[in-house]
Amino acid sequence: MSVIRTAGGCSVVFQPRALVTGTVCAVLAFAVAVIAIGSGEYPMSPVEVLRTLAGQGDPADAFIVNELRLPRAVSALAVGAALALGGAVFQAVVRNPLGSPDVLGFTHGAATGALTAIVVVGGGSAALAGGALLGGVLTGLLVYGLAWRRGMHGYRLVLVGVGVAAILTGVNGYLLTRAQITEAGRAVLWMTGSLNGRGWEDVLPLLGGISVLVPLVVLGCSRGLRMMEMGDDAAYALGVRVERVRLVLLAAAVLLVGLAAAAAGPVAFVALTAPQLARRLTKSPGPNLLPSMCMGAALLASADLVAQRAFGESELPVGVVTGLLGGGYLVWLLATERRAGRI
Amino acid sequence: MTEQTPRAEPAEAVREDAAMGVKEGSTKGVAKEGVAEAPAALSAPSPGPAAGAGVGLSGEGLTLAYDRRTISENLDIAVPDSSFTVVVGPNACGKSTLLRALSRMLKPAAGSVLLDGADISRMPAKRLARTLGLLPQSSVAPDGISVADLVARGRYPHQGLLRQWSREDERVVRESMAATAVDDLADRFVDELSGGQRQRVWLAMALAQQTQLLLLDEPTTYLDIAHQIEVLDLCAALHEEQGRTLVAVLHDLNHAARYATHLIAMRGGRVVAQGAPGDIVTAQLVEEVFGMLCRVIEDPETGTPLVVPAARKRAPAPLRP
Repeated sequence: MSVIRTAGGCSVVFQPRALVTGTVCAVLAFAVAVIAIGSGEYPMSPVEVLRTLAGQGDPADAFIVNELRLPRAVSALAVGAALALGGAVFQAVVRNPLGSPDVLGFTHGAATGALTAIVVVGGGSAALAGGALLGGVLTGLLVYGLAWRRGMHGYRLVLVGVGVAAILTGVNGYLLTRAQITEAGRAVLWMTGSLNGRGWEDVLPLLGGISVLVPLVVLGCSRGLRMMEMGDDAAYALGVRVERVRLVLLAAAVLLVGLAAAAAGPVAFVALTAPQLARRLTKSPGPNLLPSMCMGAALLASADLVAQRAFGESELPVGVVTGLLGGGYLVWLLATERRAGRI
Repeated sequence: MTEQTPRAEPAEAVREDAAMGVKEGSTKGVAKEGVAEAPAALSAPSPGPAAGAGVGLSGEGLTLAYDRRTISENLDIAVPDSSFTVVVGPNACGKSTLLRALSRMLKPAAGSVLLDGADISRMPAKRLARTLGLLPQSSVAPDGISVADLVARGRYPHQGLLRQWSREDERVVRESMAATAVDDLADRFVDELSGGQRQRVWLAMALAQQTQLLLLDEPTTYLDIAHQIEVLDLCAALHEEQGRTLVAVLHDLNHAARYATHLIAMRGGRVVAQGAPGDIVTAQLVEEVFGMLCRVIEDPETGTPLVVPAARKRAPAPLRP
């Protein structure tokens, strides 16, 4: 733990390893985004990309970068960061590395909302995004309402979430069977999680949400959340308004995940893996919120680059790549936890 | 050396029950000298700015309930200033519930808990946490946290977004670890400590909070007898040398009688008796509270009451024809 003290009596604490981890991930994420912007049918060198981003490229380059490729790259970074932060918050609140939105049913709820928008309402991409956000938020309320009984308990939240996820999976399957084949195709592509053809209009709501929710979570709640790791009673005794902090955090996390799903679909496993990877690198207890965010951005940007370029002509949806990586990670996590005797 | 907080003697005399507690405390202090091997709280941090103010904690007309299950009704309770108050009673008698209410963890269905005359339910959370600390039974040390980092978390109510780690925080944490003799363990992980060491670390965290009042929920559970005594000796030292008011729930009646300056015996959600252990612990009280026959003798070490359970009765001899 390192401290910076100012003359005015202010002091700020940081973990050097966490700072390094976060910075490295952020630089990596940015570099991957620049490479992704430069790659494609009209390749550009990273230097050209950077010059264009700085506003000094020729108009053709500027159009390709700013209008065609930048939105997708920014989407990848923002979706990754939002999912990772949401996941880090959930895992810390339920004190369980498996307590991520993918497991607790929020992404299933977002999918239900999106499917309803596609199948029942028949709306376009705006309706789909709205449906996803609404579905995620309603699922959050449902899970919280069902799990709340004289205060919130981590395991109860996980169990209720897993149950709700199972029910929603059934609902989603039913909705798919009611869909026309073209709608069903669109829905399945969305449910895999994809960044193909994202424009500014898709990513702006998410950026707006991030600019409000990240300061709220990181500045407003992270210190209380750190105390809550020791149990509700201990945190309460230290002067943390446990129920209030938890409600704010869960609401913010549900919104972040919902907005991310609205922008890119329920991209699998980023929320689950990014916080755990960040934690293993920082080696520090605590929710590791900012390192997780940077890790999530780097993960999703890399996964999207792989999805776009590694398979030749056929672009994969990014959710396939994160699913493969995340599945492998999950197996590894369960194996090591088992070896450590924790499960 | 000892940073003893000057205690206003007259303030204690105001409360009748407190006066008894203090008298008992002083006699016990003398009697115990030969025994205290525990890390003495010599360089321990004094309780925060509120120290010396004499903070009174009391509950008035408390009705305590979980959902619809009522534990206590119309309970009045006063913790004497600067006492080491111990609450005893059989399982499910409501003693832990009372402690939860006193620390605002449980909102009373009726009545109020007063700290210095002010209702604690209306106090800002951090301000309350600077006056009243609680060591809960259920605390979990986060994975891979070091002793120093855990103890440092006790400073939370003294910190803010722009005041995350002052020199004062540093000093208090160092002194708290010294007072509980865990300073040698500062860089060790909490997971790798023994049960007794771990409990001392948690106590250090509570000390770092610098509260005038410290509530302890069964601080000796799961410890072997030597560690139980070690923790209780430490508590007694904190009480005597720093003038902190301690309120502990204990299971062992003999420990309670030995360490308490003020004993509260509960059964079925009500207070059956309270006062100095020497005055109230009798065979009759033990039978009334615990439903157990016993003899009460004098503890040869401390002169406090010692409860010796009655031997199992043999089966009555068969009747002769």
